[in-house]
Amino acid sequence: MSSPAHLAVVTPYTVTPALMDALQVTILVLVAAGATMVVLTRVPARQVIALSVYGLLLAVLFLAFQAPDVALSELTVGAVALPILLLLALAKVRRREK
Amino acid sequence: MTPRQRLWAFLAGMAGLAAFYLWGLAGLPGLGNYPGPYGFIINQIAVRQTNATGVVSAVNFEYRGFDTVGEEFILFVAATGVATVLRHLRGERDRPPRDEAADRRVPDTSEAVRMTALILTGPILLMGWYLASHAQTSPSGGFQGGVVLATGFILVYLAGLFLAFERISPVDITDAVEAVGAGGFAAIGISAVVMGLAFLTNFLPLGITPGAVSSSGTIALISFFVGVEVAAAFILIVSELLDQTLLIRQESR
Repeated sequence: MSSPAHLAVVTPYTVTPALMDALQVTILVLVAAGATMVVLTRVPARQVIALSVYGLLLAVLFLAFQAPDVALSELTVGAVALPILLLLALAKVRRREK
Repeated sequence: MTPRQRLWAFLAGMAGLAAFYLWGLAGLPGLGNYPGPYGFIINQIAVRQTNATGVVSAVNFEYRGFDTVGEEFILFVAATGVATVLRHLRGERDRPPRDEAADRRVPDTSEAVRMTALILTGPILLMGWYLASHAQTSPSGGFQGGVVLATGFILVYLAGLFLAFERISPVDITDAVEAVGAGGFAAIGISAVVMGLAFLTNFLPLGITPGAVSSSGTIALISFFVGVEVAAAFILIVSELLDQTLLIRQESR
């Protein structure tokens, strides 16, 4: 999972490839757990919150895989905009059911 | 179709899907082994050609700018669609914004949520503006910046100030701003055509210092217009949906 040697640039913030691998594996496992959590949550309102957390995890995943711009998009769309839209839809549906 | 047949049809479909999926996975290059030439070529030439150090933005708004126009208009059409589907029909009227079940005890927005949302609104708006206007210097861009800007407006609603949210984002103005954003992108592209260049050619001076805010010509400008468009589209969609929760759907009499 490390980058090719000819692209390696050492900065004060450089971490060892082993540490980066560990970080990437950890976040992949967390994302898989988050997705499972979303599917297994059966109450819609709670599911939306789980989905928001899952969006946050995905954003960290993209950051760990060197795609900060995609991470920014995922953070705003996945963790904020999509849950807001879903919550509003839920509020509307509940009102009609009453 | 009996449930049993349906199960077998499902299992056959799943087996086919799994087979093709694994076949496809087997053909993928390993993680970190990028096989194509374009990424390396772009890394070599992008900063020199465009003076943008945010190379992702340079790719989005310059090398594949034509695709980005299409993506931009996907969002534009989506917002237009929401506005059309959720328009007021005959026999529908707005619910006055007051509690109609006063006996039902609804908890107020908690002070903690309210304070956090209000404190964050300013910084979030600044962050969105920064992202939308600095695509040429760092990983950011109009899309991310626009959504963050819209989030700033949504925070006002989250603070429990629904009427304030409606007041600071009236639908007519949001509509117009969205059109200006989407039209601005297209206008930049067409300006190049008017000058006898190809659509979306970067015709503005690129600046001297790579990565300076004033650098990269049309890349920065397009990113800014995309930010305006995206912010307005998201605010429009959210406020249309908010309106729906206040709408009474009357039975025809």
